[in-house]
Amino acid sequence: MTDEKAMRIRSRRSFLKAGVAALGGVGSFHWLRTRRHDDGVPWPLRRVLETNEQLAREYFSASHLAPTFPESMVSPPRENGGEGLSRDFDIRSWTLKVVSSVHSRRLELTLDDIKRLPRVEMVTELHCIEGWSQVVHWTGARLSNLVAEAGSDARYVGMETPDGGYYVGLDIASAVHPQTLLCYEMNGRELTPEHGAPLRLATPVKYGIKNIKRIGTVHFTNTRPPDFWAERGHDWYAGL
Amino acid sequence: MKKLQSRHALAIRCFHWINFAVLAVMIWSGLLIYWANDVYRIGIGRFTLFKFFPESFYSTFNIGFRLAEGMSWHFTFMWLFAINGFLYISYTIFSRDWRYGGIQQFAYLTIIFMGAGSLLTGLAVYKPTQLAWLTSLLGGYQFARFEHFWLTVGYALFFCVHIVQVTRAGWNNFRSMITGYELVEVEKPSGD
Repeated sequence: MTDEKAMRIRSRRSFLKAGVAALGGVGSFHWLRTRRHDDGVPWPLRRVLETNEQLAREYFSASHLAPTFPESMVSPPRENGGEGLSRDFDIRSWTLKVVSSVHSRRLELTLDDIKRLPRVEMVTELHCIEGWSQVVHWTGARLSNLVAEAGSDARYVGMETPDGGYYVGLDIASAVHPQTLLCYEMNGRELTPEHGAPLRLATPVKYGIKNIKRIGTVHFTNTRPPDFWAERGHDWYAGL
Repeated sequence: MKKLQSRHALAIRCFHWINFAVLAVMIWSGLLIYWANDVYRIGIGRFTLFKFFPESFYSTFNIGFRLAEGMSWHFTFMWLFAINGFLYISYTIFSRDWRYGGIQQFAYLTIIFMGAGSLLTGLAVYKPTQLAWLTSLLGGYQFARFEHFWLTVGYALFFCVHIVQVTRAGWNNFRSMITGYELVEVEKPSGD
């Protein structure tokens, strides 16, 4: 048999195998795409996101700090996302409700109560999940104060706007990170309604979607709290 | 007279084609993500020669409003891209499969560094707080994102050049990336 003939036989076999492999690839892609959706994402992809979360939580440390920037890099903050900021809101009657289903403890705090906690200022970069980012000067009190007060032993924190229209979940490690603040001032000014007056979350360990505006309730719990954007296809953890 | 000669090991062929498919998924899902903040262009000052990307591009390939979906695919297939890429390069080094010369070797070395660059800039954008040292090293969050994007444009250009070269090299060469073998012209034995 000549080598040319041997090549023809090899080619036929190899191209057949390659064709089957290519079909297998296209088939796998199609299979993945058409799986039952788990909160807006095919379930196998959701499982991978959860695995990525496990790895990220292993590596996470309160000593891994977000870089801080000089004041000169601060820019007027962009207003993005109005969910949960309904018009019929009376800021004068607002209080922060803190609930724990681990200890069945309940607190109600006024803005002055929160302002009496140690005041922390930081100039960090806010990362929107859309891909833009901005350096912002945040002022507020560490969320860890509340965890020590009402949420010790809880594994998660859920937060919700007063109208319940927007809600986020945080793992407790992210909640007690020293750069996670209950924020009442942005760039040296009181929060505007669009930025979540009177109190919002500011944390560079999460995407902007977790930096909830106008917090109404803080809920310490051992079960994973629901999350507005996680229910719409995003990663629940959304950690940076 | 033509003689059968082995050219690419089975492992190399697998890594090559897996990389092709995985990179395609990475670029597609990357576009779904990029759409949500499509800020890059070629231009100077107010003059824009080309915007990445025109509306027609998004509508043709159905790119818009799929950010969450894009992220879930991107952060799944990143593992395959990294693992396959690592095996591809390791095997190439171990098997000393470096039979190319000059410019071609330079091109392939470049693409390896680009692959590593995509992983590093990707990590810098993925975890800019936990890996703040890396993000800072690469010039900050927005610059890392910018690098990540242009590396991808680099792949697209590499792909075009690669296709032209493969076309010019002919069928025998292309076939060797499927079969592993090529036919080479040898002189007839003397006295025949």
